[in-house]
Amino acid sequence: MGKTGLRLAGALLATVAFCSQAQAQTEYRAAVLRVDTPGPMPISRLDLPPDDLGFAGGALATADNATTGSFMKQTFVTEDVLATPETAEAEMQRLLDGGIRFVVVLADEAMTVRLADLAGDRALLFNAGASGDVLRNADCRANLLHTAPSDAMLADALAQFLIWKRWDEWFLIEGSHPEDTALAEAYRRAAKKFGAKIVEERVFEDTGGARRTDSGHVQVQAQMPVFTQRAKAHDVVVAADHAGVFAAWLPFHTWEPRPVAGSGGLMPVSWHPAHEAWGAMQWQTRFEKQNNRHARPEDYQVWMALRSLGEAATRTTSDDFDTLAGFITGEKFELAAFKGQKLTYRDWDGQLRQPVLLSMGPVTVSVSPQDGFLHQVSQLDTLGTDRGETGCTRMTARED
Amino acid sequence: MTRSTAELVTAALACAALTASPAFADKIFVSNEKGNTITVLDGTSFEVIHTFNGGQRPRGITASPDGKVLYVCASDDDLVRVFDTETYEELPSLPSGPDPELFVLHPSGNPLYIANEDDNIVTVVDVETRQVLAEVPVGVEPEGMGVHPDGSIVVNTSETTNMAHMIDTTTFEIVANVLVDSRPRFAQYDSDGSHLFVTAEIGGTVSVIDTASNEVTHKITFEVPGVLPEALQPVGLRITADDAKIFVALGPANRVAVVNGETYEVEEYLLVGQRVWQLAFSPDGKYLYTTNGNSNDISIIDVASNEVLKSVQVGQQPWGVVATKSN
Repeated sequence: MGKTGLRLAGALLATVAFCSQAQAQTEYRAAVLRVDTPGPMPISRLDLPPDDLGFAGGALATADNATTGSFMKQTFVTEDVLATPETAEAEMQRLLDGGIRFVVVLADEAMTVRLADLAGDRALLFNAGASGDVLRNADCRANLLHTAPSDAMLADALAQFLIWKRWDEWFLIEGSHPEDTALAEAYRRAAKKFGAKIVEERVFEDTGGARRTDSGHVQVQAQMPVFTQRAKAHDVVVAADHAGVFAAWLPFHTWEPRPVAGSGGLMPVSWHPAHEAWGAMQWQTRFEKQNNRHARPEDYQVWMALRSLGEAATRTTSDDFDTLAGFITGEKFELAAFKGQKLTYRDWDGQLRQPVLLSMGPVTVSVSPQDGFLHQVSQLDTLGTDRGETGCTRMTARED
Repeated sequence: MTRSTAELVTAALACAALTASPAFADKIFVSNEKGNTITVLDGTSFEVIHTFNGGQRPRGITASPDGKVLYVCASDDDLVRVFDTETYEELPSLPSGPDPELFVLHPSGNPLYIANEDDNIVTVVDVETRQVLAEVPVGVEPEGMGVHPDGSIVVNTSETTNMAHMIDTTTFEIVANVLVDSRPRFAQYDSDGSHLFVTAEIGGTVSVIDTASNEVTHKITFEVPGVLPEALQPVGLRITADDAKIFVALGPANRVAVVNGETYEVEEYLLVGQRVWQLAFSPDGKYLYTTNGNSNDISIIDVASNEVLKSVQVGQQPWGVVATKSN
């Protein structure tokens, strides 16, 4: 689906290029590399990932870039690559050997780092999938930017809203996978940063088993209240469940009648199909017309990555890799991405600053940063790891 | 009983007096995006005199040069609704292409140039025959529309492509593309068409384009102590007839900037309502009206003194405004 879309955009571009006489066209080549790891199905069938996850967002960005490019004598070609953990590095090598220097990666943390190291100074990578804070700190790379918001940003976005609501006593439930532990740590950090108190912590063990059973809800209705029983008095349940094992089952099944937020209930996300403010309706409409489905955060994150390249191409009109990469991470860069303000990359860890949507089901409940959380440089830096706190020491390596 | 009758008579007399003297019957029309209505205000008393249905999600609003016909972009109806400015009667609609947001009339009153956000085109519609004359492909998310005072060029701004596209009004071909800052929202020529002003909402600037060279010769920037720079988002823009003052609506900064038309320096920031969006002058140029989307009102500014005179409640989420002279 996404592939067809991209090829179509490419063909259209070729036609435009062919038709506009002998004038020189600059071609910008990029790739979206998605590494699918086999894993359990999501709890809800509504969350089943579409086949063209991420690629669809890339197709839209490529089409948007191409429209602008038609006025700039620029063409954009994006290759979609679907890989497994076994084939990912060979695919990256193939892309690098083919001269592609901008690669959007949708993979887990460990694979993202491996691919970045493989690329070295031959390519600029955009992490559009992995939210782990370690990628923005100890494991950061000079050739790796992040359009996916970090766990710290997502946790801070939710924390600001909960503090604004004066729901400052949290019952934190974390999953048993390493990425759940890391996410829970982001919530602990957010609680401390904004003055919330975690009054109770529990770990929900993933005991495996099938997600799909005909009467699963019957057991859940009995199990979840028991699991959440006798917690200290709290305002809200915060779930850290990266693996998607239990959080979706928490709302309405807690022992105490308390709202659920985090990985279930009210969720901090970069994008949601219900988001329509700041011109987002136009993006949603374009995306849905092109791909016949609602957009996922991954689609938006790939779109932002390829639009970053598009902005660099438009503004610099250069085909020089260093000029383009330098522009994207430089001071003049600004990305308009339907969040009401310009988005830019942090120079200390390569993270794209962005407002975070707090969504639940059919509506956007709120958008963080919340009013009143101030910052000396950018209010967006109240979300995530700030300059003074960063554990990233590799961002300047590319200048060497 | 007697008293209210007396009041009624007085009111009727006052109305008769107003109708008798055309100069006293200017009207202000405000499109209310969320309320799906058009609010009509008296241009002298600034009181709401009528409200009528404007279709689904009315945004762009303009009037024919003679002030007799009102055009409204009914965005979610995918058409331009047309109304009589005296009787408020709805006239036959115009085709608009999908999701029309803003438009501009040729100085002669025909045709109408419409930006279609969803389809990356500008639709040209003959307002007499109600036929689509042309569809001009432009950049991603076309929004702002401006027309050269001599009618030779119509300009469209595209929000994601970040360009002003100059379209020849006879051939419907794009003759120039000028790159501006992020999310250009509105375009306005000065009185002789030598300069084009384009606001960039996310970029936070107004680009001044020399129309002879199609080069950006200046960028107007904004700074308000105590207001976050990212909240200074230029949207609507209007220039006085003598080109001396440029008024720029700054969206969530809740202010209108008054810019010197010669030096391009900001002289004053006027505090108006919340999320100030579009602007329009009164027919005599004495007043400037602002739509304040989040406070559901319009502000009335005295152009000579830069004073905000008052605000008047209108419908839900006012978006666009136009003032007509009585006939």
